[in-house]
Amino acid sequence: MIGTALATLVSHWRRKPGQLATLVIGLSLATALWTSVQAINAEARASYDQASAALGGGSVISLTAPEGRIHRSVWAQLRRDGWDASPRIEGELVLADTVFALIGVEPLSASTSQAMVGGGEGVGPAFLTAPGVLLAAPETVEGLAAHQADLPPVQASAQLPRGQVLTDIATAARLLDRGDQIDQIVINPDAREGLTPLAVLAPQLDRVETTDTGEVSRLTGSFHLNLSAFGFLSFAVGLFIVYAAVGLAFEQRRSTLRTLRALGTPVRVIVASLLIEAFAFALVAGAVGVLLGYGVASALLPDVAATLRGLYGASVSGELSVRPDWWLSGFAIAILGALGATAQSVRRAATMPLLASGQMRAWALASTRRYLLQAGIALALFALAALIPQLASGVLAGFALLASLLLGAAIGLPALLAGVLNIATRLVRGAVAEWFLADTRQQLPGLSMALMALMLALAANIGVGTMVSSFRLTFEGWLDQRLAAELYVTTRDDAQSDAVRDFLEARADAVLPIWSADSDIAGQPGEVFGVVDHATYRENWPLITARPDAWDQIAAGEGVLVNEQSWRRAGLALGEPVSLGEGATLPLVGVYSDYGNPNAQAILGLDGLVDRYAGTVSRLRYGVRVDPDEAQALTEALRAQFDLPADGVIDQASVKAFSLSVFERTFAVTGALNVLTLSVAAFAMFASLTTLASMRLPQLAPVWALGLTAAHLARLELLRAGVLAVLTWLAALPVGLVLAWALLAVVNVEAFGWRLPLHLFPMDWLRLAALAILAALIAALLPARALVRKPPREFLQIFAQER
Amino acid sequence: MVRVGLLLVCLWSLCVGPAHTQGFAGLGTSADGFAAPTPDPVFVFPADHGPHPAYRIEWWYLTAVLEGEDGTPYGVQWTLFRNALEPHDGEGWQTPQLWMGHAGLTTPETHYADERLARGGVGVAGVEAAPFSAFIDEWSLESAPERLSEGEDALSALNVRARGDAFAYALELNATGPLVFHGADGFSVKSAEGQASYYYSQPFYEVEGVLELPSGPVTVSGQAWLDREYSSQPLSENQLGWDWVSLHLDSGAKLMGFQLRQTDGEVYTSASWITEQGVLTAFEDGALTMTALETARVAGRAVPVRWRVQLPARDLDVEVEAINAQSWMDTRFAYWEGPVRIRGSHGGRGYLEMTGYETDASSETAAP
Repeated sequence: MIGTALATLVSHWRRKPGQLATLVIGLSLATALWTSVQAINAEARASYDQASAALGGGSVISLTAPEGRIHRSVWAQLRRDGWDASPRIEGELVLADTVFALIGVEPLSASTSQAMVGGGEGVGPAFLTAPGVLLAAPETVEGLAAHQADLPPVQASAQLPRGQVLTDIATAARLLDRGDQIDQIVINPDAREGLTPLAVLAPQLDRVETTDTGEVSRLTGSFHLNLSAFGFLSFAVGLFIVYAAVGLAFEQRRSTLRTLRALGTPVRVIVASLLIEAFAFALVAGAVGVLLGYGVASALLPDVAATLRGLYGASVSGELSVRPDWWLSGFAIAILGALGATAQSVRRAATMPLLASGQMRAWALASTRRYLLQAGIALALFALAALIPQLASGVLAGFALLASLLLGAAIGLPALLAGVLNIATRLVRGAVAEWFLADTRQQLPGLSMALMALMLALAANIGVGTMVSSFRLTFEGWLDQRLAAELYVTTRDDAQSDAVRDFLEARADAVLPIWSADSDIAGQPGEVFGVVDHATYRENWPLITARPDAWDQIAAGEGVLVNEQSWRRAGLALGEPVSLGEGATLPLVGVYSDYGNPNAQAILGLDGLVDRYAGTVSRLRYGVRVDPDEAQALTEALRAQFDLPADGVIDQASVKAFSLSVFERTFAVTGALNVLTLSVAAFAMFASLTTLASMRLPQLAPVWALGLTAAHLARLELLRAGVLAVLTWLAALPVGLVLAWALLAVVNVEAFGWRLPLHLFPMDWLRLAALAILAALIAALLPARALVRKPPREFLQIFAQER
Repeated sequence: MVRVGLLLVCLWSLCVGPAHTQGFAGLGTSADGFAAPTPDPVFVFPADHGPHPAYRIEWWYLTAVLEGEDGTPYGVQWTLFRNALEPHDGEGWQTPQLWMGHAGLTTPETHYADERLARGGVGVAGVEAAPFSAFIDEWSLESAPERLSEGEDALSALNVRARGDAFAYALELNATGPLVFHGADGFSVKSAEGQASYYYSQPFYEVEGVLELPSGPVTVSGQAWLDREYSSQPLSENQLGWDWVSLHLDSGAKLMGFQLRQTDGEVYTSASWITEQGVLTAFEDGALTMTALETARVAGRAVPVRWRVQLPARDLDVEVEAINAQSWMDTRFAYWEGPVRIRGSHGGRGYLEMTGYETDASSETAAP
């Protein structure tokens, strides 16, 4: 019996292939967007895991000698004792007027792990045997090309930073004339158990442990949550389509259902048939969606990988592999979505009175009560959104806020539109205008799902767009302020530091020590910096709030500046004492913004820093103020004079350019997802209009009979779509702005610890309005064209059959 | 910095990586510039126990068939390979001599394997002839002078140790017989076209020691066999891989035998029969037959794990069966190496090594 019931129900889709397509495409698109985001996240996480496994739990110990160099036999002995250790030579390749940082590595011991992250470049035995091979970024290869004659062959490698040359340790030792001396021993600490401790084997060496993976996962965690939220939003938009299509199908099959019931089919058989049908749709659409999602993710992943690499230093492979976690989650969400969308139909089918009218209704009649209810729910959700920041904190709370805000806005939209149309009806005069408005109101319930989807997409677009642009504006200004010095110099040790300082004092406008020490700051682990009293700070340093005499107090050693994130976390006020480890405190005189740094930071007068942290101050870095035109010459003079580390001299322009390029790539993905969401919304609109068009003939026929031509009616249809799009856009504007505010002031603060000012970009909104109208018109075009071409016979038949 | 390191992990495999078309591990490629073995070698010991940098490849290959106090059979492998990128030695970093260590430990249930890579010249890996010491990282095969009597060969008393992530072993080896020289006085021909290697062995070790397994230490005893071989191109271009056995027969005699499988389906065989007193008789191509009786799925490929080995000239007709069919060395150059038990005309224990069974697809994935 269930077979017959199922066959009867399914026959509907044979008669309405367009509706079937809508349903499958809608569900597929929703699944595709969700799957693509999940696939990207899964790939990134797998890459982190792989990388951290290859690094041995994410930490690396490096050994250096206080006196500068280490004899390679120290490394050999560590290996003979079982340590997974690799030697490294760093130096400068000075070729005529240019200096390159040369790094020599020992590939056979570089890592015994077989894990490969990223693609390897083919080098061959030539790398290990004289004359060797130099690897460098393509730009650097060009720079080296002029000197090819004196150098080993050079090969381009996209994985290396500019200005750096990587080669085998034998080649590096030869080029730098190092003999048996190496600069560093890099150790994988978790490789083997039960080894003699390093402190016993190499007591003379300084030991630095870097554990950056935890930080990477914390930072990238919010990035992924961001992406997930976007994926979920896209899915919600797609689900509106499915819900609309399923609801419509139910209404159209009312008579079929009644007939089946009248023939004696039990309710449970009908319910089971509907569920089986939904499940089948979910499987088909889920498969299509997972495939589509794979395509989208493959296209986006290189951008994401670039973003994560640039922003957080996390290495992610640019290639997508098929992992069960994301394609299973794709199917799961498709099934969940299909069943969710069917739930109401199933409930109604189960409770439908046996003798209910088989007449198709406009499948949800407009009623004031319904609108009031929706408005009530919307207001409740808004109230909840307002309450969440008071009740909970954390990134999740931030996203809960966004969810209730968006859901409330979506549910409230039909009521709002109905209200606007009501008011408009009272204002206009003329039969056609009044009919137009009344008819638009009549159509609202049928269109409301599509309009909600459109509004969500528009609001997300405005919100995320505003957030990104605000961030960019703030970030650029901040970079300009923060990177005021023309050159940044890092030295190897205190002796070189003093020599470099003397050298620079004579040649630069100002030398600003950037000395630091690790310390607790208001109870959080962080770094304390010392600064000299200089106009560079007074004029440029980006202070959020400060006492008027802040810099004087810093200079006098009577105050401290902290970065925004520690200020917010500790809830400090100006003038309050800030503890700086070991009982010492200084009053807070100002707060500065410090984007991109997850940790606490503070600034003292230089003397104060040296006094307080005498033993632990790192005195290796300087900012150098110099005429920008002379920066290049000074860099070369520095490199020629001193044996500085590989990234020892960095100029301001390249730091800025790099930071901005990273920034652009970060949000390239967001932009792409934005466009996709908007396209899904447009499709929802098209689907609703097309299906409504076939149902609306009874409403149009009388108007046609009264003298309005089909062409006129079609123009009105287009106008209606445009008007609704504009109204939806207007409603989306405030929602989008609140969304942007929530992202900047709540989610960012929770995720990163800094708050960004909100900037408004009205031109972007107008562009979006144009896009929304265009999308609506395109969606309305096909139904309108069908209306124009409809033969009069069909209008007349309405009177014969239906009324 | 770390990513750079990972980028370079692949270097080794590119340098000497699995050869897809020319025999196993690139052993079939031509050997320009390298010395080639010639007939009638004169070995000088202890110097020849040390490395020969003018030859392209060389190994110190130890296999031990062991038994726990409860009678459980075990197998242990310790190998140091030398691979020269150029036919000379060099100072410090500049040496073109690369080293690779393989360690295996086989139980009836599990096969453990690990490998090490290192460059020569800097004290991390290498071989010294006197006092004898072969080492890579903390793995070593070293002479035990306190157990050597006056005038005895340097290899007669050795200690060997190695460890991997889940296993370790430390064994004492004491030889009860002399060195033996395969082929014509140590000149071992490997193909009809005349490819050859220098090849001698110490097959008479008595072994005692301790295996460290995840379940705890196991005291073991048994027999071991050390192979020394060097050459520059031991395989002919048309040879795909080999099946090799070293058998400790209960009678006290030993058999070394191998067949080199050719692309045309034919094989080239060679065998050495060694009496209890250490007298070696070499048998040329065709005297030995090895017939695969049963294969097992090992690491995604079919590998013969039960063989019929026949040497009619010595009335030998035995079945050789793997103690653990999954004795797969999952290393950069993957191959099968494990202990076997012997039944038939003779009883005993031994070691089986098989190379070149990977398919194209699986050898791709085997490369790191």
